Amino acid sequence: MVYQLINQNGLCEYYNLNENPGINQRISVRKDKFAFLDDRKIEQQLISFKDDTQIHISFYLPQMHCSSCLYLLENLHKLNKGVIASKVNFTRKEATVRFNHKEVSLRQVAELLTAIGYEPYISLSDLKQARPSVNKTMIYQLGVAGFCFANIMLMSFPEYLGLESAEKSLQGVFRTLNFILSLPVLLYSALPFYESSWKSIRHKFLNIDAPIALAVIMTFIRSAYEVLSGTGAGYFDSMTGIVFFMLVGRVLQQKTYQQLSFERDYTSYFPVAVSVLKNKEEIPTALPDIKLNDTLLIHSEELIPADGILTKGKAFIDYSFVTGESLPVMKEVGEFIYAGGKQTGGTIELLVMKEVAQSYLTRLWNKDDSKATSEEKSHSFVHALGKYFTYIVFALALIGALYWYFHDSSKAWNVITTVLIVACPCALLLSNSFTNGNILTILARNKFYLRNAQAIEDIANINHIVFDKTGTLTNPHHQDIVYEGTPLTKEQEQLVSTLAAQSTHPLSKALAAYLHRNNKFEVIGFSEVKGEGIEGFVNGELVALGSKKFIKGRFTQPDQGTRVYVAIENKPFGYFSFQNHYRETLPQLVHDLRKQYDLSVISGDSNAERENLQNLMGITSTVLFEQSPADKLIYIQRLQNKKEKVMMIGDGLNDAGALKQSNVGIALTENTNNFTPASDAILEAGQLSKLSRFIQLCKANKQIVMASFILSIVYNVIGLFFALQGVLSPMIAAILMPSSSLSIILLTFGSSTLAAKWLRL
Amino acid sequence: MSVIVVLLLASISVATLFLAAFIWSVKRGQFDDNYSPPRRILFDDTPPE
Repeated sequence: MVYQLINQNGLCEYYNLNENPGINQRISVRKDKFAFLDDRKIEQQLISFKDDTQIHISFYLPQMHCSSCLYLLENLHKLNKGVIASKVNFTRKEATVRFNHKEVSLRQVAELLTAIGYEPYISLSDLKQARPSVNKTMIYQLGVAGFCFANIMLMSFPEYLGLESAEKSLQGVFRTLNFILSLPVLLYSALPFYESSWKSIRHKFLNIDAPIALAVIMTFIRSAYEVLSGTGAGYFDSMTGIVFFMLVGRVLQQKTYQQLSFERDYTSYFPVAVSVLKNKEEIPTALPDIKLNDTLLIHSEELIPADGILTKGKAFIDYSFVTGESLPVMKEVGEFIYAGGKQTGGTIELLVMKEVAQSYLTRLWNKDDSKATSEEKSHSFVHALGKYFTYIVFALALIGALYWYFHDSSKAWNVITTVLIVACPCALLLSNSFTNGNILTILARNKFYLRNAQAIEDIANINHIVFDKTGTLTNPHHQDIVYEGTPLTKEQEQLVSTLAAQSTHPLSKALAAYLHRNNKFEVIGFSEVKGEGIEGFVNGELVALGSKKFIKGRFTQPDQGTRVYVAIENKPFGYFSFQNHYRETLPQLVHDLRKQYDLSVISGDSNAERENLQNLMGITSTVLFEQSPADKLIYIQRLQNKKEKVMMIGDGLNDAGALKQSNVGIALTENTNNFTPASDAILEAGQLSKLSRFIQLCKANKQIVMASFILSIVYNVIGLFFALQGVLSPMIAAILMPSSSLSIILLTFGSSTLAAKWLRL
Repeated sequence: MSVIVVLLLASISVATLFLAAFIWSVKRGQFDDNYSPPRRILFDDTPPE
């Protein structure tokens, strides 16, 4: 179907671009899935621009993955006349579409995208419209600082080399230009340092930016005085250089991952609208407008947005978003269903018991909002170092000034200012931001994405690691299958696997893969009862697979764990039980971590696997079962009250509270395009085995910063040697400043890269 | 001697132009997406038969 559409419109080039363009459309989309886009109110909140003829809108298309996608999406106007143009931002996986709303509706555009395999992901968070744009201010500031720094350097050279007396008038021109060029740096580029130090002073805390802001201002005043009074050239080059290098470091450190989001809340999981049944009519309703006692119609593959009671149909709910458990849970009419799961069976009806914002999960999510943003977050050790540094520098400046006041009072002012200029802790800040920047890059190369540089230090400081079980320690795509009951012959196994291969249900697929189908039998009269089981004549024999009730005809005791029962020719044989499959790398990981850290596992599951897990994790580890999301959060809090620094590793929404509460929350994901709960870091699941090496690298960070700090002190001592004597010439300052900065940048880059090599990262 | 001043002003104004171009390009979002533009240019307007 997609091919026809593409071929008719002469876009076959699409298939020449890549070997395997497109991905299989696994799920066919319900016909009126996008009906809610016809609602004016919803439409208005989604679009970015509208006039008499045109609408502009950005769609998030998670399926976009190659240059063929780019080609197809940018030729959207050939597929539908109403589309005027479309432009793709690949990094953000977004397509901005302009279309004529007289010819085609928003819903039709969304359906067109879906038809060619790129279903737009429209979530509740899109309604708020406030998409934070990337802050580019610091890039501008960096550009301005670089421009001024280079030009001032250029014009300072004649001064260093010495001007002939005949060219004294030129000297005046150079100095004036330097003065003018330094103004943008002082007034614009250095703003982040003023802001940060002002903030820290208001909180009665001296951070590292305070002495830097002071040094910048001091250098400017001193230099301006020299130039205006005609007594010297000033230190404009040093001042602009400091600002430039430090901004480079900051920009490196603050490099953000546009495709990832660390701030997600429940709204990015939930759809924009659901169908509400009113007088037997299906009305698409925006999620915030859902009221108590509304009846929701949930179609297959739709997310359940509010807590409620099942009133009609058979619910077969995939809570993998929430718990990490990939096998669906069955619910009968009358049972209570929590929001957050995805219906995988047929259509169901749900009576809303709690509004969206009040549901169990959302409440849990919002619970500690206030706390996470509080000042509790630890301050970097760099600030503490900077504080001592500042006190020492002030003391030295004072002593020097007093000394010269009694010996040669004309030099006192000179000494105070030069000491403050020279002793600026910029080397410390530089080493910190460059090491952080490099380590962030190395970790990102290993698919471990940190939210910010502070997370490196937090990771280095932890002493307790808490794991979620399902989906974190276990592999959600893999189950261990054990058969119990009357033994099956080879041929019977083949009958079962042939039947299982007919169904797309996750359990059937797992079973078919486990039994390795090789000979081809014919299946006649295949039928599937959603949420119950499947049956059909395979090679002439009636085979049935399904729940206990489906096979044995009556509902007895609910099962321990997940089981699929088998019957051949109406005779029950036995069952396959599905068990969690622990990641292969787990024993090695536990072995590496156990020596240095306390380990805990908290799981929402029943304790059927306690013994197995305890063996895996070691006797000293804590293993807790049947923990609700709130219990998980409380467990982390209890550890923290014991002054432990906790790292939480989890993957589902039920870990969200604990991830937020912990000192470092790491969200594990099989695929970074998936949605992850809010966290400090996102780790691709396959890389979990490297965790202990990641932690070691973060620890190396601190040592590298300390080493370069010592180096910077050496430079400072040299500078102070001149400054305290009152003989610091602009030339010495101009040599000392860039050489110290450059050598520190090299040292930090080199040693952090070496550390990573050594750890095989 | 005054020629140096003229040269100096000329060089600074050229540099200012580059600074302005840099700021403009950042503002226009030219560094936002480094995947699509280099590939977009390779697509032919009419597919070869």
